[in-house]
Amino acid sequence: MERNEPQGEVVLRVRGLRTLFPVPRGLTGALLRKPQGYVHAVDGVSFSMVRGEILGLVGESGSGKTTTALNVLGLVDATEGELLFKGQSIPELAHSRGRMRLRQEMQIVFQDPYEALNPRQTVFESVAEPLEIHRLVTNRADKIERVAAALDAAGLKPPGSFFDRYPQGLSGGQRQRVVIAGALVLNPDLLVADEPVSMLDVSIRAEILNLLRQVRDERGITILYITHDLATAAYFTDRIAVMYLGRIVEIGPTANVLSDPRHPYTKALLSVVPIPNPRRRRKRLILTGETPNPIDLPSGCRFHPRCPIASEQCTRTDPQLESVNADHQVACIKWADVPAIDEIDGDADRQHLKETQS
Amino acid sequence: MSLLEVRNLSIDYLREDGTALHAVEEVGFTLEESRSLGLVGESGCGKTTAIQGILRLLPAQGRIVSGEVLYRGTDLFSLSEEEMRKYRWKHLSIVFQGSMNALNPVRQVGSQIADAIKMHEPANNGRQVEARVHHLLDLVGITPQRSRHYPHQYSGGMRQRAMIAMALACSPDILIADEPTTALDVMIQAQILDLLQKLQKELALSIILVTHDLGVVAEMCDDVLVMYGGRTAEYASVDTIFNNAQHPYTLRLLQAFPDVANPSSKLASIPGYPPPLDAMPRGCRFEPRCHRKRAICAEQIPALEAIQPGHYVACPFREDN
Repeated sequence: MERNEPQGEVVLRVRGLRTLFPVPRGLTGALLRKPQGYVHAVDGVSFSMVRGEILGLVGESGSGKTTTALNVLGLVDATEGELLFKGQSIPELAHSRGRMRLRQEMQIVFQDPYEALNPRQTVFESVAEPLEIHRLVTNRADKIERVAAALDAAGLKPPGSFFDRYPQGLSGGQRQRVVIAGALVLNPDLLVADEPVSMLDVSIRAEILNLLRQVRDERGITILYITHDLATAAYFTDRIAVMYLGRIVEIGPTANVLSDPRHPYTKALLSVVPIPNPRRRRKRLILTGETPNPIDLPSGCRFHPRCPIASEQCTRTDPQLESVNADHQVACIKWADVPAIDEIDGDADRQHLKETQS
Repeated sequence: MSLLEVRNLSIDYLREDGTALHAVEEVGFTLEESRSLGLVGESGCGKTTAIQGILRLLPAQGRIVSGEVLYRGTDLFSLSEEEMRKYRWKHLSIVFQGSMNALNPVRQVGSQIADAIKMHEPANNGRQVEARVHHLLDLVGITPQRSRHYPHQYSGGMRQRAMIAMALACSPDILIADEPTTALDVMIQAQILDLLQKLQKELALSIILVTHDLGVVAEMCDDVLVMYGGRTAEYASVDTIFNNAQHPYTLRLLQAFPDVANPSSKLASIPGYPPPLDAMPRGCRFEPRCHRKRAICAEQIPALEAIQPGHYVACPFREDN
């Protein structure tokens, strides 16, 4: 039995996923026979998702969250590891006739609804196109019916009034709804939502997240939510996986991870999310420097150079996920006694704000 | 006398057919020394235009229709272009939105900062300029040796620091930062906000922070001006805005903003979307989306009223009425 797996039908299983991208060596590198370098975009990621759950993959740029999502979608080949979608190997499906099925049953909503839609296609054409590609409709009446149902499910009502409109006549929120309709029209099992609200105005973000949640509730769609924003993840997800430099450093039910974070990185990340109330200003643990380059990974725990509580052992031991309780795992050898933010010396940090890397 | 007082500022954009779009209407605020003001609103609400107007840096189609910008009592709008140039950088300086991507890629970062000093303080000799560049980099947390590096050798966070250093080149009293952390990761955002707070203290800077992020405002600002559809919706101290907001838009905006410390709270979006410039509602700009609207709201633009000293609201049907 896999750890950190809620009860239910497993839709997605990722085990020991690694994705490395070779770094071009250049002529001098080749002549000097320098060793081939690799970007360790994803470096040992395991998690599962059950039907109808919303998992947030949270991390900063370079954490590997998007590469993980592309691996899951079968759009980028992993170097190593197991990827199973409803029990079948994703790489195998992606490289065979199963590709069409994979493309149909997994859908993605991208970040920027201004670029995801073809400006020369009407809303109807955009949403109908996936049906045509997958040859799912035989006659026009059927097509109209299914497009209308998808637009309706995406909250564009009445659907008919949107058929002949072009993206430039729609607001950002409406465009993202069209993108979502284009994903829903194929009745997918898994929806990858890559920062679906970060380009939208604050006042309409909630409605898009609420819509996605409603889609999950009504259709049992499993949603992988990729984001750098802990605040929306806190609100929208059932579970959170925090990523750092190609690894999941902490995973668990959202409420647990937020109220009882164990990894020092999670703690720091939570402490710097701005709180919309000046009466609740709190101590922030601002980490120094930036996420290191994923070509030359730090030894031991990859977070140790920035960790405020790292010890000598952390430079040698590469921590694996350990269970805090049945659902909550953390990859830190000190997880049992990470001090509260208030007890961590943030000032030691501050000195170094003057960055030291060359 | 206040450090900066903006009164009744209105700005139009002229269209090719000669008609005018009202981007900013009757906006005003006061900024005291060592204080920070948050200018908050969604895209298209006029916050960036207002700032460009204050600095007289509007695009060609922009026109200042009315208003005064008093810097220590001097009306910037009455100055000649030549005189105005002296105020920019030396007194008011700006970090534009996305400007970290505006560094010249083929010139060293230090020499780009030096340009600003040479341009505005030509009396300095080469050594003085270099010393100043090093001091500025140090101030924003970049080791001075990095002055000879090119922008591509800097990370995003460092480029933003360099832009802040550049804005401080001529020791302004007012720093305007337009969405300074929008494209940055959370931790880098925290570093930049921390830096701005440190600079504010050390240099007695006053800051105008233009942002859509209520969380950033809550952490950084003393006062907040909420804009909607080019007009002031509410203007008050940060505590008032977050704990005793009266304008329906401010309230709904607060409810739409997720709070990581309180994730079970209901997140409610505001129905509809912000009005486009060429289709502004005739009455209250927020009327089409408002949950408290009455018939008159569609007809008449509500006046900005002081309901408490220092608390201004443009809505007669506010929460406490």
